[in-house]
Amino acid sequence: MTTDAFPALSLVPKTDVEMKAKDFKTDQEVRWCPGCGDYAILAAVQSFMPEMGLKRENIVFVSGIGCSSRFPYYMNTYGVHSIHGRAPAIATGLATTRPDLSVWVVTGDGDALSIGGNHLIHALRRNVNLKILLFNNRIYGLTKGQYSPTSEQGKVTKSTPQGSLDYAFNPVSVALGAEATFVARAIDSDRKHLTEVLHAAAAHEGSALVEIYQNCNIFNDGAFEPLKENDVREDHLIRLEHGQPIIFGNNHEKCVIRDSDGHLQVVNVEDVDPSDVIIFDSHAKDPGLAFGLSRLYNPRTLTNTPIGIFRDVTHREAYDRMAQQQIADVIESEGRGDLRSLLHGSDTWTIN
Amino acid sequence: MAKQVVEVDRVVIRFAGDSGDGMQLTGDRFTSEAAWMGNDLLTLPDFPAEIRAPAGTLPGVSSFQLAFADHDITTPGDQPNVLVAMNPAALKANIADLPRGSDLIVNTDEFTKRNVEKVGYPESPLDDDSLEAYRLHPIALTSMTVEALKEFDVTKKEAQRAKNMFALGLLLWLYHRPTEGTIEFLEKKFASKPQIMKANIAAFQAGWSYGETTEEFSVQYEVKPAAMQPGTYRNITGNLALAYGLITASHQSGLKLFLGSYPITPASDILHELSKHKRFGVMTFQAEDEIAGIGAALGASYGGSLAVTTTSGPGIALKSETIGLAVSLELPLIVVDVQRGGPSTGLPTKTEQSDLLQAMFGRNGESPVPIVAPQSPADCFDATVEAARIAVTYRTPVFLLSDGYLANGSEPWCLPEVDSLPVIDPDFATKPNHQAEDGSEEFWAYQRDPQTLARPWAIPGTAGLEHRIGGLEKADGSGNISYDPENHDRMVRLRQAKVDAIADTIPDIEVDDPGGDARILMLGWGSTYGPIGAACQIVRRSGVKVAQAHLRHLNPFPRNLGEVLASYERVVVPEMNLGQLNMLLRSKFLIDTYGYNQVRGLPFKSSELVDVIREISEQMEESS
Repeated sequence: MTTDAFPALSLVPKTDVEMKAKDFKTDQEVRWCPGCGDYAILAAVQSFMPEMGLKRENIVFVSGIGCSSRFPYYMNTYGVHSIHGRAPAIATGLATTRPDLSVWVVTGDGDALSIGGNHLIHALRRNVNLKILLFNNRIYGLTKGQYSPTSEQGKVTKSTPQGSLDYAFNPVSVALGAEATFVARAIDSDRKHLTEVLHAAAAHEGSALVEIYQNCNIFNDGAFEPLKENDVREDHLIRLEHGQPIIFGNNHEKCVIRDSDGHLQVVNVEDVDPSDVIIFDSHAKDPGLAFGLSRLYNPRTLTNTPIGIFRDVTHREAYDRMAQQQIADVIESEGRGDLRSLLHGSDTWTIN
Repeated sequence: MAKQVVEVDRVVIRFAGDSGDGMQLTGDRFTSEAAWMGNDLLTLPDFPAEIRAPAGTLPGVSSFQLAFADHDITTPGDQPNVLVAMNPAALKANIADLPRGSDLIVNTDEFTKRNVEKVGYPESPLDDDSLEAYRLHPIALTSMTVEALKEFDVTKKEAQRAKNMFALGLLLWLYHRPTEGTIEFLEKKFASKPQIMKANIAAFQAGWSYGETTEEFSVQYEVKPAAMQPGTYRNITGNLALAYGLITASHQSGLKLFLGSYPITPASDILHELSKHKRFGVMTFQAEDEIAGIGAALGASYGGSLAVTTTSGPGIALKSETIGLAVSLELPLIVVDVQRGGPSTGLPTKTEQSDLLQAMFGRNGESPVPIVAPQSPADCFDATVEAARIAVTYRTPVFLLSDGYLANGSEPWCLPEVDSLPVIDPDFATKPNHQAEDGSEEFWAYQRDPQTLARPWAIPGTAGLEHRIGGLEKADGSGNISYDPENHDRMVRLRQAKVDAIADTIPDIEVDDPGGDARILMLGWGSTYGPIGAACQIVRRSGVKVAQAHLRHLNPFPRNLGEVLASYERVVVPEMNLGQLNMLLRSKFLIDTYGYNQVRGLPFKSSELVDVIREISEQMEESS
């Protein structure tokens, strides 16, 4: 794999040693529940890491609190397991000061969208060079089964015996609303697709948000079953591919068009003119189409769930690059600061 | 006509007006001129939290007090010798502080019926005899300024706005100060607006000439230069000195400075200042909130920067969890708290010392954090460098407790020689530090230095030292997650022992006890140094024996503190809180210390501390 595939990582030192997935495993015992979707994601990430061709010591994983946030302990890179919701803030300071690092954030639906919602949207808005992997299991696992900000309304949990009242967040819509420059969705069990998405995220310069549907087999088992079972999967999934018409279904019988009001609609292919089918453009500056697609699904039944890369744009420069550039420009034009003249200022007097 | 010049040793001037009247600027300029003349000086700005409270109202009054003297002074003065009141509100809000017989300059143009009634005067105090006790100088500052500027190409409003420069010119004349510095300043400040520049200079000169020609003032005052230690000086505020201290610590450690901050009064000026110094590689990050400010700083520290977050008390409350994480990660972090009146939003622009216990204990778990406090505006520089030294050497967050008075107050600063500044060694880990059972070399992230108990600081990019750290309890040595009861007990004690060990590298507390036989010790911390020192000097002149000591390190305390406290019969602890240091002292040393406490949002007056010392001294005389 040539490193040219990763323009975002141009400042990160490359390794001249061939790395394998096992080089990214630690000696720590993995302590997720047996059957947890996190195992599959960990394996996918570990096997993807060598593709970047980076020195292992220049990769950092930062997480918050929650089941998913144990992730850094299992990655043989640098890592920080921080506090609830704050990983994007901590990673922002790290990425902004160290352009020679590849910085990844691992978070969950509670961590990123509840307690850490503010940091998430601002990291995305600023376009800091972070790759944020949001494991969405639509439940609080570590605290043993309360509803989360992505749980469907009416969910019966330990804290909502009569059903939850909250309307759910859609992480992709939230990220697009914050004008994130890279937004994607993948599923824990589809390793090939997940790896493709990780690859694109790593190549993207700026913030990347990857929502990963992750099964919590203890507190919310089967939450994404319609997207996984062989016979119904293709009926639910809209696989987004840049430049391709948005057609899906077991027999490619469904498509997405704009109705006369400009809203997106899922219709039967046979009922429309083929030229009316929307050609998906993940590079569009305007996030409107991506946002519309993010709203198509039914959060209860998961019908019309798009996966893949919703948005991948480059017109916004990354925050950390600009921050480094401002300093470089000032030093270039004014020279390095001299401490003595700084302390003296312009108004001194001397007493002999 | 040459007027009589009277020599005085110390003058306290207070400028007071609407918050839009430019009183802070006027005071700053006068301060610069006093500094230029070699006077020792101290300033006390006092302004409302509202940017522009309704004009002419009491809440909208902004003032600036400065003391300048021919000798070493430690406070901006309890009471002014001259009050400049730009309107009835300013008069009403400040007249109670003015001693009888003092000069009172009022802007008569603003004493209209409406303005007078607005602040509750039944009739104009200029027209009754209520100001009889003062040397009243009623001057039509606004209309004279407008008259002086009638030939200039400025609007009436712009002309009126220049009245503060007229007042400044008059005061500089009255106190025999030079004018060149202010003219130069105005030329620079309004370089892009030449008409405004000329108008302000003209107003300034008109004020000076008015003093020279009018019969209103029969004398001029002169304050000779103070005998200060030789050196090169500049005037500096606490916030500026603190910002320079941070840049200096970055320079002396070779670490890039990173500030993660969220705007908050009275700390924002540090953010503003540092954002100007990219030439020093300083990176400032205005975060989405207080939590992200410190979070980003901690991330930068993990990456090997000299990381800082700046805030005030309410911000500390929000940052507490991250400070706890920094305690657990054992990473260097400077947490600046420019204290203000609390609780909650409290008094944003007023000063207080009420965050000491928050800094000491305001986190979950056993979470010790070193605390350093500057004692004067210029001392903010040295205290900051010291905080950085502790943070980097001991891999720990450190509190730097400034306050609103230090932040905005100013004094002459004897500039240090850059070569003589302390060097801070980051001592990054570069190689494995432990041998595994199979004989291979490995890196243990919590293998401590036997002297300092500090852990290694291994930054990303260092090959072979890849490691994972977090807020979960770590096994002593390896740093892997550990829930072992014995290990947790040991780690809690180790973290405490590390902070306690800092006492090995801090100086003993010095006691100023001229006769060596005082029975009373005045012990303070932070910005009360000036008023306590002034009070001690005053009472000593009348034969009262009193010692003074001041704490810079609040956690850990200097090693000799207990011994010092035990050697005085009475230890008095004045604080601008309800007795927070006092509580720490009593619990640690089991000594019956005596707290003297005020929380008025203003610094202590030395006169009230004089009364406290006298009273205690008399009680002790009687009982012995």
